[in-house]
Amino acid sequence: MKILVCISKTPDTTAKIAFTDNNTKFNEAGVQFIINPYDEWYALVRALELKETLGATVHLVTAGGADTEPIIRKALALGGDEAFRINTDSQDSFYIATQIAEHARKQAYDLIFTGKETIDYNGAAIGGMVAELLDLPYVSIAAKFELNGTEATINREIEGGEEVVKVTLPVVVSCQKGMAEQRIPGMRGIMAARTKPLAVVEPVAADTLTTVSSFELPPAKAGVKLISPDNVDELVKLLHDEAKVI
Amino acid sequence: MSVLIFADQAHGKIKKVAFEAVQYGAKVAQQLGTTATALVLGTAANEELEALGNYGAAKVLHVADARLNEVEGTVFTKIIADAVAQEAAQVVIFGHNFDGKAVAPRVAARLKAGFVSGAVSLPDTSNGFVVKKSVFSGKAFANVSINTAVKVIAVMPNTFALEPTAAKAAVATFSPAISDADFKVKVSSVETVSGEVPLTEADIVVSGGRGLKGPENWGLVEDLAKSLGAATACSRPVADTGWRPHHEHVGQTGLTVRPNLYIAIGISGAIQHLAGVNGSKVIVVINKDPEAPFFKAADYGIVGDAFEVVPKLTAAIKQMK
Repeated sequence: MKILVCISKTPDTTAKIAFTDNNTKFNEAGVQFIINPYDEWYALVRALELKETLGATVHLVTAGGADTEPIIRKALALGGDEAFRINTDSQDSFYIATQIAEHARKQAYDLIFTGKETIDYNGAAIGGMVAELLDLPYVSIAAKFELNGTEATINREIEGGEEVVKVTLPVVVSCQKGMAEQRIPGMRGIMAARTKPLAVVEPVAADTLTTVSSFELPPAKAGVKLISPDNVDELVKLLHDEAKVI
Repeated sequence: MSVLIFADQAHGKIKKVAFEAVQYGAKVAQQLGTTATALVLGTAANEELEALGNYGAAKVLHVADARLNEVEGTVFTKIIADAVAQEAAQVVIFGHNFDGKAVAPRVAARLKAGFVSGAVSLPDTSNGFVVKKSVFSGKAFANVSINTAVKVIAVMPNTFALEPTAAKAAVATFSPAISDADFKVKVSSVETVSGEVPLTEADIVVSGGRGLKGPENWGLVEDLAKSLGAATACSRPVADTGWRPHHEHVGQTGLTVRPNLYIAIGISGAIQHLAGVNGSKVIVVINKDPEAPFFKAADYGIVGDAFEVVPKLTAAIKQMK
């Protein structure tokens, strides 16, 4: 079995969000970058569990510049076998999905995992687009994934509940909490990752369908209005008359 | 030319997020000088379909096929693409909910249409076609220019207040060619929490954290929620320790909610929790620790013991109503 895990470099969840160049670029100064948590904790770890229990080769793919290599090495240290970096700075989901689909077409994967979304762009788009471009079924926002031969049983989240679906491989799945538990790479894994193959792939020609023209921060909160715990009536009054939410 | 809106339904009821999407689509149609057509897939009563006119749909296309009662992304994509062709749709609108996430990106890729998800503003058409979307888990916005003739937008739920009118939509049957073999993903069971407001659609959310000390105290949260007609939620540690089910967990790794009112009880307000709730219009924090970071993100706060404050608050709300 061959599994592809799509990983993305994102700022740490606690990173300060600020912009430079007249609000057109994310300010990376002092920001620590990580593997997008949904890609790492759920997609990658579940793929590694499948490798351990059923036997599989786990490939990693990311789109980005050379500055993404530390997160690729970490994913290799966790247990990925081979990595591909598509050398592009594009932010357009269709452009990136086209690159991943082109790579996947050549490799004929049984399973393609992504995180449910990245914590920076919050697009939740790549998995569905890759599936469409490859004409594969897509199961989004999966919380559980079991495999029996070539039939996968997947729990996907829906409004106010969960749906259990069955699908025959190959399939594209976007992963969220519940799929697996976060792992910490061991020293052996870190050493081994240094020599694992990491290929740099030049992007194929593809269209950029969207461009980010600027960023903005939400207006600052006015500050909290504190109410005495002995005067909850005042809170009810404020919520009713001032905030008009009850 | 037209604007096509995928109006998501469950059990024959059109979802609130679909009303929001239809209303958004109708406004986009107005901007472009055209009309809005809603598309409903699966079993739904005629009154439900006509009522989409309340939110600005001039026409509703209905595929009354029970096989479509649950979402199958490949099939839905094919049908939506067919409808886009029939209606010569220039803009396709989805709600950015679970079903929207399953289908919208596929449709965008199939149509080779620029895609913006999590839209929080109507398009600015003064210079191109620019849509504002939520990024960095609610901590910022990006203005995204869509550069293609056909555009796909997924609208952030609970962002646009509904303004229903009495208008009714004309309902037309739509009959795309689909066969059983098209259904690659088969639903074997569905489990939903019935009789409650879905958390992501709720106008008011009451949420509890570790400060409540244990699952046996959740009556406090539930009573307050009941008095407000609110949905209940919890923080990550509460879901992780199994005090509450995972589907109630809001935050970075859980659900994102954007209610009008979010009441946090005994939640310190870690940055990962805030990422899931910072789109709420009004935040009330009840915490005995005055240093809890949540107070910085709150509109109203009570520094006090939840076990004393919350029952009093519940009583005060009941009295008001």
